[in-house]
Amino acid sequence: MPADPTREGPPTAPAGTGAPRAVPPNVPSPLAGTGAPRGTPPNAPSPLAGEGRGEGAPHANPVPGTARTPPAAQPPPARGGGASLRYAPSMRTRLRNRGLDGVTLLVIPGVLFVVALFVYPFLYGLLLSFEPKEGGWLANYVTFFSDPFLYDTIGKTLLIAIPATLLNVVLSIPVAMRVRLMRHQKLLTTILVIPITLGTVLVAEGLLTYLGPRGWVNRVLLEFGLAEHPIRLVHNYWGVMLSLIISGFPFTFLLTLSYVTGIDPALENAGAMLGARARERFFRIILPLLVPGLAITLALSFVQAFSVFPSAVLLGAPAGPTRVISIAAYTAAFEQYDYSMASAIAMIMAAVQVLIVVALLGARTLVFRGPASSGKG
Amino acid sequence: MAIASRDFRSLRLDGISRAFGHLNALHDVSLTVQRGEFIALLGPSGCGKSTALNCLAGLLPLTGGAIWLDEKRIDTLGPEDRGFGMVFQNYALFPHMSVRRNVGFGLTTHRVPKAEITRRVDEALALVRLTAQAEKLPGQLSGGQQQRVAIARAIVVEPPLVLMDEPLSNLDAKLRLEMRAEIRRIHQLLGCSTIYVTHDQDEALSLADRIVVLRDGSVRQIGTPEELYARPAHADVAEFMGYRNLVPTTAMPAGEGVRVRIGGAEFLAEPMERIDGRAVAAIRPEDLSPAPDGAIELTVEAAEYRGRDFYGFGRTADGTELFFRAEHRVGAGEMLRLSPAAGRVLAYAG
Repeated sequence: MPADPTREGPPTAPAGTGAPRAVPPNVPSPLAGTGAPRGTPPNAPSPLAGEGRGEGAPHANPVPGTARTPPAAQPPPARGGGASLRYAPSMRTRLRNRGLDGVTLLVIPGVLFVVALFVYPFLYGLLLSFEPKEGGWLANYVTFFSDPFLYDTIGKTLLIAIPATLLNVVLSIPVAMRVRLMRHQKLLTTILVIPITLGTVLVAEGLLTYLGPRGWVNRVLLEFGLAEHPIRLVHNYWGVMLSLIISGFPFTFLLTLSYVTGIDPALENAGAMLGARARERFFRIILPLLVPGLAITLALSFVQAFSVFPSAVLLGAPAGPTRVISIAAYTAAFEQYDYSMASAIAMIMAAVQVLIVVALLGARTLVFRGPASSGKG
Repeated sequence: MAIASRDFRSLRLDGISRAFGHLNALHDVSLTVQRGEFIALLGPSGCGKSTALNCLAGLLPLTGGAIWLDEKRIDTLGPEDRGFGMVFQNYALFPHMSVRRNVGFGLTTHRVPKAEITRRVDEALALVRLTAQAEKLPGQLSGGQQQRVAIARAIVVEPPLVLMDEPLSNLDAKLRLEMRAEIRRIHQLLGCSTIYVTHDQDEALSLADRIVVLRDGSVRQIGTPEELYARPAHADVAEFMGYRNLVPTTAMPAGEGVRVRIGGAEFLAEPMERIDGRAVAAIRPEDLSPAPDGAIELTVEAAEYRGRDFYGFGRTADGTELFFRAEHRVGAGEMLRLSPAAGRVLAYAG
């Protein structure tokens, strides 16, 4: 009888390769974890390999001819020793059934990265914000919420971030619906992605000259007599808004496009066959299935818009209507050299963002969240 | 019966064509469907049967020809305005709506009063035996149940025509047989005209009043299941209808039939088309069985057990490969004498 091809590794390989091991009857394939396919090289000392035989798990009924006796064969269990012992899964099997095996260790670099670059700075900032230059441990927060020049920045930022986010998302839906049907989708997607790669500063610089009082837009308006004086489009609220739309739209669009394409086109066809016109199909079939994705898109776009800084400085009126919260934090840190206050402002900023994101994702649970397709695909 | 198909006399496809660029997916297909008829569009994958169905539904515009519902030309209408019911291969149930709202969807778009919607949806759900599942979401149902919802959703609007696109291909073998019986029962009950796309000849034979065999976008044969089963018009149709043995041969006229040679022996065959000299002799494995006085001598190469009998494959001395059926176990390497059933050898132009 030829060797079973599903059993890998040389006959003398240590535990973790060929040795049939006791496996509970409900495990789909008794061979699933014995070979290399889970990413552990056959001879590598897998961190969990020891458990495989260490528990004294007896062998499953070996098939004559295919079974390879491991070097350190263990005696068969005593007769009448009880079925529960005979079929007790090994530690390794139990861990694997919970999704833990050698591959799990691959998350370690990611965890280290997150701890070093996110958790530690965050906690450091949080503690720093409670150690003000003067006053009690809450002094920074008291100052912030009693000085309108400071606490107004929350409102001002929201006034820019919320309309920009909504506008981006609402605009991206029809565009995504159309692009989904296009054949040269890649080309258009590439064009729309370019603003992301350019970065906000370059976009802001470009807009500054393009929309400025001597820029193309105003020169055309004046030339054709559409305006008597140059229209003020930069160094105010609208400049920041435009910049947020130009740099935020591609991001929103790409996310929305992926959610829109995730909806089975057969559903729209089914709607059409049942007499629903385009408008009804959109509002009764597409939109309800899109809502969970839109909530995520809104949350991510909002966080991006809320932390606006370069365009608020370059294109806005950083002393007036576009004095956003990140400018307040910047001023505290690099003009007043009050890192503690700056940390407090950053914490308040984070709290506002978290509050809105949680509210959005919470609202998501109120609607259908299953797959946006049907059938047993 | 409250659920009854809207009145019409006939649906006429008049030379419809559909091209994708230079590729003719559907070429000059003409067919007249009478009211209440069950038509199967049968063919291998890529033959244009799904294209034909989508053209009929209005989901794909035609590039040639016209579709008439009695005296009304409908190929210029969108799918919303044709009012046909459609059952999709992947069911295409709206995942965010309950079974009841799925089935009622077509009625709400037609502005049917609420009380009537409830009554008709209840009727349709009773018809497909899903009354107990009315408030569940599609994701909570089994594949067969989802397919029944899809059928209920298509027929509740009382369409003149129901289109089914391989509705059983996602189901397992047992469920497929059950749903086949279910579709036949509903069709007999409602008498709704149905066009049913499938690549499974058994399904087509068991369900359809008439079968349209498509190949490379063109109609190869239209006929009743009996006609197609017993007398396929062309060799490729024969192959698709289960004539696995297609033996190149020469044909000599002999009375009303022709004489053909299979594995070194001569048989009388019935010509299905005009034959000049070269021919292909066709016979089903079921019609070729071991017999003590069989004229074909062959060495068995493989045989498989099919429950009631065995299906074998072997080679004659002159190298002809033949599939056959045997009542008793045959083993590889065994020598057998085979004999075709009388009158079951067909001949096509080679």
